[in-house]
Amino acid sequence: MREQELPSVSTATNPDGDARPLTSAVEASSVLRRAPQYPPDKPEGFSVVGKAGPKLDSFTRVTGQDRFADDIFLPNMLFGKMLRSTQAHARILRIDTSKALALPGVVAIVTGADIPVRYGILPSSPDEMVMALDTVRYVGDPIACVVADDELTAEEALALVQVEYEPLPAVMSIDEALRTDLPQLHPNPRRTNNIHKEVHLEFGDVEAGFASADRIFEDEYFFEGTTHAPIEQHAVMAQYGADQKLTLWAATQTPHYLHRIAAAVLGMPASQIRVIAPPVGGGFGGKTEPFAHELAAAFLARKTGRPVKITLTRQEVFYAHRGRHPVRFKLKTGVKADGTITAIHLQSWLDGGAYGSYGVATTYYTGALTTVTYKVPAYKFDGCRVFTNKPPCGPKRGHGTTQPRFALENQLDKIADALGLDAAEYRKRIAVDPNSTTVNGLRVTSCGLRECIDAATERTRYKEKRGKLARGRGIGLAASSYLCGAGLPIYWNAMPQSGAIVKVDRGGGVTVLSGTSECGQGSTSMLAAIIAETLGVDPSDVSVCYGDTDLTPVDLGSYSSRVTFMAGNAARDAASKARHLIAQSAAERFGVGPDRVGFAGRRVFDLGNRERSMTFIEAAQLAEARWGTIACVGSYTPPKLAAEYKGSGVGPSPAYSYSAAVAEVAVDLETGEITVEKITLAHDVGRCINATNVEGQIEGGVYMGLGEALMEEWPFRAGEHKIPNLLDYKTPTSLDTPPIEAIIVETDDKEGPFGAKEAGQGPLNPVIPAIANAVADAIRARIHSTPITPEKVLKAMDAASGTTLRLKKVTTPSKPSPVPV
Amino acid sequence: MTVAPEKILLRLHVNGSAVQCAAHPNKTLLEVLREDLNLTGTKHGCEMGHCGACTVLVDDEPVLSCLALAIEAQEHEIRTVEGLADGPKLHPVQQAFAECGAAQCGYCTPGFLMTAAALVERPGVPTNAVIRDAISGNLCRCTGYEKIIEAIALAARRMEEAATHA
Repeated sequence: MREQELPSVSTATNPDGDARPLTSAVEASSVLRRAPQYPPDKPEGFSVVGKAGPKLDSFTRVTGQDRFADDIFLPNMLFGKMLRSTQAHARILRIDTSKALALPGVVAIVTGADIPVRYGILPSSPDEMVMALDTVRYVGDPIACVVADDELTAEEALALVQVEYEPLPAVMSIDEALRTDLPQLHPNPRRTNNIHKEVHLEFGDVEAGFASADRIFEDEYFFEGTTHAPIEQHAVMAQYGADQKLTLWAATQTPHYLHRIAAAVLGMPASQIRVIAPPVGGGFGGKTEPFAHELAAAFLARKTGRPVKITLTRQEVFYAHRGRHPVRFKLKTGVKADGTITAIHLQSWLDGGAYGSYGVATTYYTGALTTVTYKVPAYKFDGCRVFTNKPPCGPKRGHGTTQPRFALENQLDKIADALGLDAAEYRKRIAVDPNSTTVNGLRVTSCGLRECIDAATERTRYKEKRGKLARGRGIGLAASSYLCGAGLPIYWNAMPQSGAIVKVDRGGGVTVLSGTSECGQGSTSMLAAIIAETLGVDPSDVSVCYGDTDLTPVDLGSYSSRVTFMAGNAARDAASKARHLIAQSAAERFGVGPDRVGFAGRRVFDLGNRERSMTFIEAAQLAEARWGTIACVGSYTPPKLAAEYKGSGVGPSPAYSYSAAVAEVAVDLETGEITVEKITLAHDVGRCINATNVEGQIEGGVYMGLGEALMEEWPFRAGEHKIPNLLDYKTPTSLDTPPIEAIIVETDDKEGPFGAKEAGQGPLNPVIPAIANAVADAIRARIHSTPITPEKVLKAMDAASGTTLRLKKVTTPSKPSPVPV
Repeated sequence: MTVAPEKILLRLHVNGSAVQCAAHPNKTLLEVLREDLNLTGTKHGCEMGHCGACTVLVDDEPVLSCLALAIEAQEHEIRTVEGLADGPKLHPVQQAFAECGAAQCGYCTPGFLMTAAALVERPGVPTNAVIRDAISGNLCRCTGYEKIIEAIALAARRMEEAATHA
């Protein structure tokens, strides 16, 4: 065919050029819907929100086309490796890098002395350095960083760096950290031990609460530390251009915080640094703060003028850690004869590892959300985080609230049994009410807890089964709640928590710029769905540009389950403004008021007479002709929620999600082996934007909780992590993971984007106690620590039958409660 | 101190093409695919054979490319995630993974896809138990495996239907 014979395509208005199919969408079957209350700016009803369907980035993910941080290769690049401490606690007397530097192919080596700046993700605990200056605090603490022409040479160079240590006694447990005869990890003249943070809070009349109780239950619990183990190892590529600008491609959930801290540590204006977050291969909280390797790569890229890549080995990922804190609890609950809670006193001791990380916040979180699930009229909380010579602990999915939920729900079943109450009905009776305020000043808005309990227990016929199954079979229920974003930012400021720019193209495409990080949770699809819903286009028409500090407005990051609520609301704000402009010019054409203009199916129409309509492309062009370029900004700042007390900044959230899990287990009474047969989880997500994604988040949360309940451990011997690899650190495989049934409950949150809340973290929390309660139902004995191993099962059965007392009792430190300094 | 051996010429068959590259003989297949052939679709999560992220097909059998030397793979047919689709037409496992939401972060996905492709390309429709067993060497931290199993079953059914109609 000759060129002239080709069919001609008009490049002018092309109003009917919109023949692309709308993304196939199906109704999800497992959504307990409330009749949608359409917001005033969405009178035409939902056409995208609530549909199930593939994620926007699914197709590039399944073809291997997406470039994760370690997939980036640049011309003339160097490979970096970090030398890490072999000592748990030691002074560094001397570092000799001369032999390493002499190795052919080695380009540069830096040590702590080259970057003597202290930093930390929380402004309250800047106790980290890129590399140790004079003290190493855990096996794996970075000491030096080598860059070489290839990875192997960099590795060989590490072996040539000579470090002379003066070993110090290592502090390896909470008990040791409370002692006064061991060296302090971080010198603190106000203390004689290794306590990092203490919290003492009291709300309501706790003494009177316990005095009025008919029964008081006191138990001790231990929640084992766990790690995130994302399959993607942390990676960064740093490039320092001839224009003196630094670009970092980092596997990070928080590009904005890396941007801030890189500027501070490198002493560069933030305007000269660009942080790009490529797709992240799993985070779960493990990539939410700047890491030594990221800052070292940046420093060395600037020093050498060549791009530097550092990818952690799996062993190093275990050292980078920031995983779930091991926590010991003392839990005292007063109840009336009918189970009504009169007071709770919760004490927690957190093993923080070697540095602060998010630990101050974690300490508060072990107490802050106790009151958000069930009504607690009087509440006392004492929290204490200690430093130990282990990799630093930080936030993992459920941040600090997962551990106490194990204790609380375990004890609640015990209370129900002692009082002869049905454990499900009991929980429903004491559940918090929607639109209430907790005793510690947290504002609860939408709350579907009772619906979740009903859905999960009815689906599993829990009431017929609990306590009635044959010995060796059990069913367990637990419930929980979680944040939809921390109400306050990490560093104090009055700016929005999230911003978005929405640009409408003449061809009908819409681009959103958002500072979020896509770590698999589906933020990209969520943004596309919210914008598509607002403008009546298909999600496939929306292009999402995320996680780039040069291009995208700040979003604080993918942590604290904040993205749907906060970035979603910011995107909706921006898209609503674009809608308003398009609606006004379309209304002029239709000769009606702008309120009468609807958007759906790539068309813009008169709501009073849907025949009167135009394509979205026509409407966009009409608007651009009328107003100029259609690009609108939006932002989200949470309402002021913090109460007036020190520490009130941790806990408030614009909304809380609710979950209830039912686990069904079989326990081999001979071997103690536990088989989880099924987990059913009902989750109040506010409004489900995409059922496929919400189910995926629920299933992933259930799975991750399963691992923590049954197998994940954080053991040390002689100062060393015993199992820093994915074979010995057991995570559930497909053979360990039971069928999971996700039930989505909708409550239509007034402040959430189209009513949505979170699903990323909340569903993990009830899983662990649900399994614990199911095991207790199966073996008629309670286990007070995680993981619930066959060994503990056998010992607990022995103890319960009074044969031999082999189960070591869980204890908390002998000090009754940390004393304020 | 070890001295890196001289590079040698590797002749490989990858995704239906004969390719050559000079690489050190101690390089793993994973390293050669990613670093020398720029096929970064194949991922790594441990480089110790624990996680399955680096799974590729060697003569249609799943192999952990982090434990295989490239030099050993020279006489064999290697398939990576980049070679699964038939031009613009996705392989049934790719299509099903995308539709079902079986890829969340997508990092372990290429490894799962290769394991799954080897499974579904065999005759017959595998049961869920067979699927669970087949993918038990691939770790996923996002999905809880639920949608991965659903996707593989869907792909197998579709392939069986297509084979019946053909």
